[in-house]
Amino acid sequence: MEDRKIADKISDEMIDYVGILAKLELSGREREEAKADMERMLDYIDMLNELDTEGIEPMSHVFPISNVFREDIVTNGDGHEETLANAPLMKENCFKVPRTIG
Amino acid sequence: MSIMSMTAVELGSKIRKREISVEEAVKASLAQVKKMEVKVHSFVTVDEEGALKRAQKVQKLIDEGLISGPLAGVPAAVKDNLCTAGLRTTCSSKILENFVPSYTAEAVQCLERSGAVIIGKTNMDEFAMGSTTETSYYGVTKNPWNLEHVPGGSSGGSCAAAAAEECSYALGSDTGGSIRQPSSFCGVVGIKPTYGTVSRYGLIAYASSLDQIGPIARNVTDCAAVLEMIAAHDVKDSTSVPRKSYDFMGALVDDVRGLRIGIPQDYFTEGLDEEVKEHILSAAKVLEERGASVEMFDLSLVQYAVPAYYVIACAEAGSNLSRFDGVKYGYRAGHYEGLHDMYKRSRSEGFGAEVKRRIMLGSFVLSSGYYDAYYLKALKTKALIKQAFDKAFEKYDIIAAPVSPSAAPKLGKSLSDPLKMYLSDIYTISVNLAGLPGISIPVGTNKEGLPVGMQLIGNCYEERKLLRAAYTFEQTRVYERPGVVKMGGEA
Repeated sequence: MEDRKIADKISDEMIDYVGILAKLELSGREREEAKADMERMLDYIDMLNELDTEGIEPMSHVFPISNVFREDIVTNGDGHEETLANAPLMKENCFKVPRTIG
Repeated sequence: MSIMSMTAVELGSKIRKREISVEEAVKASLAQVKKMEVKVHSFVTVDEEGALKRAQKVQKLIDEGLISGPLAGVPAAVKDNLCTAGLRTTCSSKILENFVPSYTAEAVQCLERSGAVIIGKTNMDEFAMGSTTETSYYGVTKNPWNLEHVPGGSSGGSCAAAAAEECSYALGSDTGGSIRQPSSFCGVVGIKPTYGTVSRYGLIAYASSLDQIGPIARNVTDCAAVLEMIAAHDVKDSTSVPRKSYDFMGALVDDVRGLRIGIPQDYFTEGLDEEVKEHILSAAKVLEERGASVEMFDLSLVQYAVPAYYVIACAEAGSNLSRFDGVKYGYRAGHYEGLHDMYKRSRSEGFGAEVKRRIMLGSFVLSSGYYDAYYLKALKTKALIKQAFDKAFEKYDIIAAPVSPSAAPKLGKSLSDPLKMYLSDIYTISVNLAGLPGISIPVGTNKEGLPVGMQLIGNCYEERKLLRAAYTFEQTRVYERPGVVKMGGEA
């Protein structure tokens, strides 16, 4: 099977790329560990390739639930003080973040 | 008999009859917490002040006849991934160290509407990712049966608190066995209901398609009573399923005649501890003697559940945990240069190693080029596993199985080898993939004196059959209390 050994292909570039996707910055040692862990897990997960899943529909949900709609009625009142109380930084009733536009 | 050694239903009955006041019950619970926490450490946060205030209010509601449920006024604990308005909710993570939710999870609100008094938030593996409660940022929880062993996880705090009689019952959550496995390790009863039975609104998500909240208590009756309180259709959770009946107490019948029980022989292969195996087989024998038919069968696909689970769970976790970015709540790094650096540093400093490991794996399996090979493949495997269960339930009412390959391991022995730890969830994980209900009940102790649990698995919506079989089995044995409780408890 061609993709049997994807795990062996976890390169430094791949770990960096996954780090970007995951928004995680790994230090030198963490990065090496992450690489080893992921290779080992993927090697194990590759076991799934033994299964013939030709013609099987992927199952994301066990019950046949389609979109569930309800009226958009506000039931929970104004909670902005409680919400803002959790803000790491705030300014004038807003969440404060670093400048995003030049 | 001390207040906290009563079952939840017994205590509720005494409160209703005014033999015990809600305040007395809550004070007894808080006193037991003080006594046990130094040894067991089941809680991240104990809300002494809030619980005492709430006790007065609930007493008044009972006195006025406004609440009359079986567990009104009974002290409860909830896992720290369930949001509680005004009470810190950490998910046992540094990233939520100061998070105070502005709303309460629906399952907890259900409890409160029935008059529960929440005494605190229980310890867990960080973001429910783990099988030992050792990945908590707030320290490990110890097994009340032997303080050198883990309580299991991820709902280890809830199970240890129930076993140590710090609360009368607790709520946990189960994504791959996180209620059933620690229940087994702590000698208590825990139920993972059919997916969609209990609202997930306000449960901090790990893997949304697998997460389900359920009760943990010291006997089957208490679990049924709690399940009746929390099971309900909720419009706030789009995966909540309206059920025909929410009567679970009515299923507590001491009779299994005619019940067909299947035991998957492919669960009894290498890796299963000999003592656990003997306990499960002799427990099944007890049910057979009480009139059930018991036979071995081939479930098939058993070894594929763990790899499929880790792909699906990590993919969903990677997506769900992207909300923790240090903007609106939670930990924000002290130093950063610009917005993206703030995200990265806050997350890297705020999450623990296991959480990062799973987010990385999840991001990988969803990345373009690998999505089909891993994520879609896992979803197809999930479909096959569901089919295998469907086939089994054509022949059997219940599947009886071990919960875990062994009793509780020693502290500090599991985290160094993640894959080995993941494999220990082999008997519980497929139940989540297939959305089925499962219950863990204590069936004995091993030579080391550690509890062993049996898992009963039912078809979707068939909790009643599980409760009936579990209740019938329970009538044949006496509840055992952990040594630390017997020694430290009131005479």
